[in-house]
Amino acid sequence: MYLHRHTAIHALPSHLKIIAAICFILVVVSTPVTQWGAFLAYFLWLFIVVKMAQIPFPTLFKRALIEIPFIFFAILMPFFGTGEKIQVGPFDLYREGLIAGSGIVVKGTLGVMTAIILSTSTTAREILRGLERLRLPVLMVQIASFMLRYVNVVNDEMERMKVARESRGFEATGVKSWKVLATAAGALFIRSYERGERVHLSMLSRGYKGVLPQEHQHKIKGSVWFIAMLYPLVAALIFITQLLIGTM
Amino acid sequence: MNTPSLEIKELAFAYPDGNQALYGVNLSVQKGERVALLGPNGAGKTTLVMHMNGIHPTSHGSIHVAGQLVDSKNKDSIKEIRAKVGIVFQDPDDQLFMPTVAEDVAFGPYNMGLRGDQLNKVVDEALQLVGMLEFRDRPPHHLSFGQRRRVAVATVLAMKPEILVLDEPSSNLDPASRRELADILRSLDITMVMVTHDLPYAYELCARSVILKGGVIVADGATHEILTNSALLAANRLELPVGFSI
Repeated sequence: MYLHRHTAIHALPSHLKIIAAICFILVVVSTPVTQWGAFLAYFLWLFIVVKMAQIPFPTLFKRALIEIPFIFFAILMPFFGTGEKIQVGPFDLYREGLIAGSGIVVKGTLGVMTAIILSTSTTAREILRGLERLRLPVLMVQIASFMLRYVNVVNDEMERMKVARESRGFEATGVKSWKVLATAAGALFIRSYERGERVHLSMLSRGYKGVLPQEHQHKIKGSVWFIAMLYPLVAALIFITQLLIGTM
Repeated sequence: MNTPSLEIKELAFAYPDGNQALYGVNLSVQKGERVALLGPNGAGKTTLVMHMNGIHPTSHGSIHVAGQLVDSKNKDSIKEIRAKVGIVFQDPDDQLFMPTVAEDVAFGPYNMGLRGDQLNKVVDEALQLVGMLEFRDRPPHHLSFGQRRRVAVATVLAMKPEILVLDEPSSNLDPASRRELADILRSLDITMVMVTHDLPYAYELCARSVILKGGVIVADGATHEILTNSALLAANRLELPVGFSI
């Protein structure tokens, strides 16, 4: 996921980036859907930040496709519902559904793209460190970091098992081969479980007592905080400005 | 006489399912000695290793490491023992679990209480010893198998152990990696127990060998003598590679 670049955004401490991303999403979510001007400004601001992080736009849009399964029902909302109908092109749409649906799509897209900026400008390892600094329970961080370390190992193992199956003439075709695949999944589970035990043994051998080493924490300057928080602050400004214009 | 680095007396062990793995093992290793622990599969080699740092509790007999009794019930003492006995496991992926090489090497010394610059120094020294210093910030899964094995050795060296225990150090290595590891191991000034059935490797690195079979030590002597005794080797399912002569 991570793209290596040297930008101000890449250099920010990861926990500040996580806080900034969450705050931005909170501002976006609390904006009423009808304030469409604010959403235009949010997108503009988001694209400026993407540009600053030197993330290529094709990459951004390709990765944003991940939200499609989640917004699928939002897209259907204008077609089913009750109440006032409006004519949009060839479609007869429900007004309520249209507003609610487009709200979900727009807010969802802003959220997903924010997450993409975070994950593209921060290594997975750094995100975990950030979560640790944000006082996420140590156990959860440990589990996630072990997953990060061993996902390749388990994946390679799965790949080898697949090659070994296929070398003996196995082809996955329909329901009949499910039994074989299920057995393989079971074997993989047992192997991973046993590996877990061996890893634990090797940890005990080196004096593990339930805590993983933690980085020494440096004090973060106010200016760094300010730069990181610009992301949600500008969004908040847009929100307030829009509200003021709206009431005038 | 000095205290031996490792002193095992009448060690016996049965797994909870009743399967007995060790039947009274006696072994003494002097400081600075390099000993090959040979034996066929299922001879109890790994079980014996697991006793050396108290992972398996001693149920019968006794083990002393540099004069200190291995007692898995005594938490403080077991912590010291684990710092003294450095085990390098067979699969480096079992041993290297931290996100980067340096963090992994730091894991042991960190648990022993080192912090800051002192910790960094120990990590760099250990990586230097195995020639992996330039890889310190790389994630382990980006390294070759031979490099991971070397880092695994460094993770243990960083704890400055009294005795280094290697489980099949030459397995799965290509010839060059195998030789490089041998050079590294030879350069270390440390007591070493090497579990293997790679007989040429044992011959190359260890002056003394012991054979473990069926849970007892059946031979203990100069590696040269053991490896030239073909009747002894055959009786213990050990064989020199074809074409190899001493």
